[in-house]
Amino acid sequence: MSTQKPALRLEGILKTFPGVRALDNVSFSVIPGEVHALMGENGAGKSTLMKVLGGLYQPDDGQIIIDEQPVVMTSPLQAKSKGIVFIHQELSLAEELTVAENIYLGELPHKSFGRVDWKKLHAQTDSILQRLKVGFNAKTRVGELSIANQQMVEIARALTVEAKAVIFDEPTASLTDAEKVVLFDVITDLKSHGVGIIYISHRMEEIFKITDRISVLRDGQYRGTLNTAETTDDEITQLMIGRKLDLSRNASHHEVGDVALEVRELSCGALFKNIDFEVRRGEVVGFYGLVGAGRTEIAETLFGLREPTAGQIYLDGAEVTIHSPADAIAKGISLVPEDRKGQGLVLGMNCRDNMTLPQVEGLKFGPFVAETDEVAIFDKYKERLDIRTPGWKQTVGNLSGGNQQKIVIAKWLSMHPSILIVDEPTRGIDVGSKSEIHNLIRELASQGYAVIVISSEMPEVLHVSDRIIAMYSGEIMRTFTSDEVTEDNLIQAISGITSNRAA
Amino acid sequence: MSELTQEKIGLKSRRREQPVGRFSNLKLGEILARQGILIAFALFLIGFTIANDRFLAPDNIMGVVRSSAILGVMALGVTFVVLSGNLDLSVGSMMSFSTIVVLDLHDKIGPVLAIPAMFAMTMCLGALIGFLVGYLRLNSLIVTLGMLSAIHGLTLTYSGGKNMDIADKEGTWFSVFGQSDLVGIPVPILIFALLASTLGILLAKTPYGRKVYAVGGNGLAATFSGINRSRVVFTCYVLSSFCVATAGLLQASRSLGSQNTVGQGLELEVLAAVILGGASLMGGSGTIFKTVIGVLILGFIQNGLLLVGLQFYAQYIVTWIIIILAVWLDIAAKRGKLWSPIA
Ligand SMILES: Nc1ncnc2c1ncn2[C@@H]1O[C@H](COP(=O)(O)OP(=O)(O)OP(=O)(O)O)[C@@H](O)[C@H]1O
Ligand SMILES: [Mg+2]
Repeated sequence: MSTQKPALRLEGILKTFPGVRALDNVSFSVIPGEVHALMGENGAGKSTLMKVLGGLYQPDDGQIIIDEQPVVMTSPLQAKSKGIVFIHQELSLAEELTVAENIYLGELPHKSFGRVDWKKLHAQTDSILQRLKVGFNAKTRVGELSIANQQMVEIARALTVEAKAVIFDEPTASLTDAEKVVLFDVITDLKSHGVGIIYISHRMEEIFKITDRISVLRDGQYRGTLNTAETTDDEITQLMIGRKLDLSRNASHHEVGDVALEVRELSCGALFKNIDFEVRRGEVVGFYGLVGAGRTEIAETLFGLREPTAGQIYLDGAEVTIHSPADAIAKGISLVPEDRKGQGLVLGMNCRDNMTLPQVEGLKFGPFVAETDEVAIFDKYKERLDIRTPGWKQTVGNLSGGNQQKIVIAKWLSMHPSILIVDEPTRGIDVGSKSEIHNLIRELASQGYAVIVISSEMPEVLHVSDRIIAMYSGEIMRTFTSDEVTEDNLIQAISGITSNRAA
Repeated sequence: MSELTQEKIGLKSRRREQPVGRFSNLKLGEILARQGILIAFALFLIGFTIANDRFLAPDNIMGVVRSSAILGVMALGVTFVVLSGNLDLSVGSMMSFSTIVVLDLHDKIGPVLAIPAMFAMTMCLGALIGFLVGYLRLNSLIVTLGMLSAIHGLTLTYSGGKNMDIADKEGTWFSVFGQSDLVGIPVPILIFALLASTLGILLAKTPYGRKVYAVGGNGLAATFSGINRSRVVFTCYVLSSFCVATAGLLQASRSLGSQNTVGQGLELEVLAAVILGGASLMGGSGTIFKTVIGVLILGFIQNGLLLVGLQFYAQYIVTWIIIILAVWLDIAAKRGKLWSPIA
């Protein structure tokens, strides 16, 4: 295809896990100075392929070829020494250490007698952070940073070595638009230095914006490579899922019913203040704003995880106090939380048990858990959300990122709540399933559920919401109906002043 | 299933192309890592059987199980605590307390009242720990380490430092729990088996058990699922103290007299058994069945060492070695390698 010699090649890679053929004879190459997208549905094998390249998994068969030399990659350390830098889908930072320590972990600069050269360390780190234009410094403790900023630390790591290839596995899943711009600048910069970039993402806009070529995997098999400049959304989707995607909104002009949830003057310290809104049955209300605008905190307050400092909450017209998540669940509220690994899932538990966890007390046969009912629930949502796993016994931690997210969504949908709050519901989910989840949200509304969708993705809020509440810095700036909202006035409403605050 | 085996066959035929040395190396490491404990145990068994032919004699086996019963009963409760992501280092001195209390009360208010009184007092201690760790969210290591010494002090204060003996050792029926047989099986074994199956079912089959796993596996996710984490942790400690009280009853009934330090050091042996069974100290993984296996492995190893003529006190050292081995193999099993540069 290209005359240039690839920086690295993967050939005929085969990798199986018990019951899963994750990669089947996959070949892939990166040319110096190109951004090569790796695309595919959730569970297609993208992360696995990159873990093979990064020395985390041993392939059952196949070769990694760097500079025309076959290499047996036995550890991430070795991969790094070969110039391969891996920025993971799931964060892997030491929360108790500072930013500088995390970035240079294992290779701290030394003075004589093995003493760490802190001055040099902090200076080096700060110069990298400057390149990334972030609002924290070398001495900040990583645990204090927002997820987005932690992501930036991971990216900073990549800039410390003489990289031959940098792998970004869904780097933008939790970044704000401003941070994305910075990330893309970094990528362009790396590219101009002849570094090969492998970029995994489910977001088409990004793919078209920054990549040069696109390789597609489906069910662990290589499906082909396209030149970004010569292809279309449809062609990629076709390769990825084998069919065209219907993105039209379910024109469900259902009845909007009574007010299910009403919030008056709700405040919680400095997190948010004087929040007023209501959600009716049959209505989807979108909350749009920057990360740190206070949307998640409102959701957590409604779910009994935070105590409001002022204001009232009414359910079906009656004032209530929500004491705990258990209380919220009993009152018919469900929350799909923002952080699937930390808040959504017990990673060591199997798929079925995770899915039924909030309702396990209600699924009883005598004193025992009614396991057949549980399996039925699992099967139903596996089918409905197209969850890719060999069976309910699979440990959730072994699922691909997107499939884990689907388990969290299924967990709360299966509660049949009257008020459903979803916080970044499609983070890391592929295009096909994303539209499936959007349809599901619309469908739930049409069945009389009151739904709140918190999202940092404008197309998502625009697509699913009947009304959109724009928030900035803990306050509601404006409420739009779906007729009057445009991208421009929405952006204006959420930016207040243009700032790039470190959350 | 057939798909799976097919895949495996396919996998093998492709694998043959790899350099043989590296391939077999990797495989052996993997097997060792995953089944390490059972393999090590099998080697022990074979070794002991060769060294001493009495080792696998029925009466020796029965003896091992019987002498493991007290430790086993305690390990059942500690399994719950460990699964919920906490530790319990106080069970040894708590067991001394139960034993002393029930022996003392036996002569004062009679066995019928002494037994429930002792259970109530022991479970109050469990509730106190549960409150501190569950509701106040204090570190379980610190709390139970403190309790280890505090309860020891409590026992000594209670007994005035003297040994406790039942006056009429011949005339009391109290010895049934520790000394008699039922249908040819020693009662301590029956009690251990009964408790193990009840708690095993509680853990594996009921909503409560599911919650214990969830709280230990990811406490925050459990909270987000509406589970009252504090209450679950609290009940685990109460349950553990119930098991300790049962162990104290067995101990008192077997000996009908006791020193203040009868349970000293048991907390580590119990923990060794639980880890040996494969429960993770991080919480969220392990089962009652595995703990029972762990208890038996520990029992057989200790018995075997005695039979080959090792001094009794050498057991303390051996127990430590076993703990280290078990923890190492546990981690190795998770990463599928005996050694790995990354965590
Ligand atoms: N450690 C593991 N054990 C068992 N199965 C695994 C393991 N890791 C991955 N898999 C399986 O391999 C397949 C590919 O997973 P992978 O994480 O590579 O998908 P992905 O393309 O990155 O998906 P996503 O877009 O959701 O991140 C999935 O079916 C997954 O369940
Ligand atoms: Mg992935």
